[in-house]
Amino acid sequence: MAGMEVEYCGVKFRNPIVTASGTFGFGYEYDEYAPLTEYGGFTAKGLTRQPRPGNKPPRIAETPNGILNSVGLQNPGVEVFAEYLMPELAKKFDTNVIVNMSGNTVDEYAEMAEILSGTDAALIEMNISCPNVKHGGMAFGTDAAVVEELTAAVKKRCQKPLVVKLSPNVTSVADIARAAEAGGADGVSLINTLLGMRIDINTRRPILANNTGGLSGPAVKPVAVRMVHEVYNAVKIPIIGMGGVMSGADVIEFMIAGARLVALGTGLFIKPDMIFDVKREMTEYMERFGIDDINDIVGTLELN
Amino acid sequence: MKKTYQCRLVKKEELCSGLYDFTVEAPEIAQSAETGQFLHIACGGASFLRRPISICDTGETTVRFIFQVKGEGTRELAKHEPGDMIDIMGPLGHGFSVKPGEKAAVIGGGIGVFPLLKIARDTDSAVFLGFRTKELVVLEEDFRAASQNVTVCTDDGSYGYNGFAVAAMSEYLTENRPDAIYSCGPAPLLRIVKQIAENMNIPCQLSLEQRMGCGIGACLTCVCETKNEGMAKYQQVCTCGPVFDSKEVVL
Repeated sequence: MAGMEVEYCGVKFRNPIVTASGTFGFGYEYDEYAPLTEYGGFTAKGLTRQPRPGNKPPRIAETPNGILNSVGLQNPGVEVFAEYLMPELAKKFDTNVIVNMSGNTVDEYAEMAEILSGTDAALIEMNISCPNVKHGGMAFGTDAAVVEELTAAVKKRCQKPLVVKLSPNVTSVADIARAAEAGGADGVSLINTLLGMRIDINTRRPILANNTGGLSGPAVKPVAVRMVHEVYNAVKIPIIGMGGVMSGADVIEFMIAGARLVALGTGLFIKPDMIFDVKREMTEYMERFGIDDINDIVGTLELN
Repeated sequence: MKKTYQCRLVKKEELCSGLYDFTVEAPEIAQSAETGQFLHIACGGASFLRRPISICDTGETTVRFIFQVKGEGTRELAKHEPGDMIDIMGPLGHGFSVKPGEKAAVIGGGIGVFPLLKIARDTDSAVFLGFRTKELVVLEEDFRAASQNVTVCTDDGSYGYNGFAVAAMSEYLTENRPDAIYSCGPAPLLRIVKQIAENMNIPCQLSLEQRMGCGIGACLTCVCETKNEGMAKYQQVCTCGPVFDSKEVVL
């Protein structure tokens, strides 16, 4: 598609559309609904140092225009991924794979970055913002000094572009983004889910077995757009924007706010083949405004 | 390539209060659907996620499913009238593996009876259907047309066998030994069926229910607990199930 190509941290993407970690498995499921070559790339399910069984069900609850989830990082562990899954993905799909990792300690993050650097992954996304695990996760992502230190430590052992995934559950997302940049991050992605809760009024208990979970879907989109805008003004490193994208117009909105890549996520649960519509709508938008290169709209927001 | 389908509702009937019997025109789904698979339906209105609803029966080009209005999504779905289009993904999931003609005990409770109709038809079946009370008994005629041996049970004894379907099946099992047991229904029923099957060492398949996201195995939200350890401890109901070997799952 003409004018859709984007470069992110030195990696070429055939279009700016990627997917959000945890919503896309390891790609296979969605490839049956739309070939993965339709996307600029996709982000694999979040990995941890050791395999994790995840949380007890129920792990999902519907909310107005969104969902809460508390999967708890169920995954086969970074070694299985690096040794078996990633080589398969690289062989099968001609697209960029972004790998997402979560650690319990600084050392664990750094070690995972080293292991993943030896794979064909295009980018490494460091999740410092998972709200659904007891240790690590979000605890790393809410303190600017910790984010800078962690990023610097991981960067030393990371041979791939390092993208730090930011939590919206903070007072100033711009401060955290600056800390990631100061620590040497090559990019930032946002937003992870917003911590939430739903209660079954009949039992007076939370619907999720884990009590709380992360809110995603169109309900969070305005928060995500605002945060992408703030981060765009705070740092020079490129942004992957995400949060409730359901259409081509939504992708454009995130790009105007400052995102270079935009991820589809929860919306895929309803429209597993939405990539086709998203791209068509983006092309229509570009034609309507005479835009030849999608990069030209990134960060073009003019405030009132 | 798999896709989502816009399917025309061709027949709608309210079987009893809040329980709807829908037949949609869906040739691709009808041709490939296996017993025990489900549809993932965008219900419309303010409901956001799709709703997984098991397939009850298929015709040449049509698919029949029955659902109870339980919340936002099913309430919206029930508003559809014949002629309306419904957005459906499917058939999804891993269904029952049934050996045609085998001797089978088929046991369902409440809205769990629907995916069992085809098994009743395809096997030499003894069917046990449990409902809370007489007013809630549905699909009796369909099951009687499918099987020679149908026992309808009500918890309060207002119709048919007085008591739980598992009690009726237990009586049957004192003198009969089926090749397999197939079940779908509320968790307490499945728990007892699993126990009976394992005690008697009869192969048993259970259809489970769970709050679901993507429906295709990617989001890992609709899991059930299995006897495995590590990453495989929890498995997706949408793709590894909804039908599981009773020995695999922890209920």
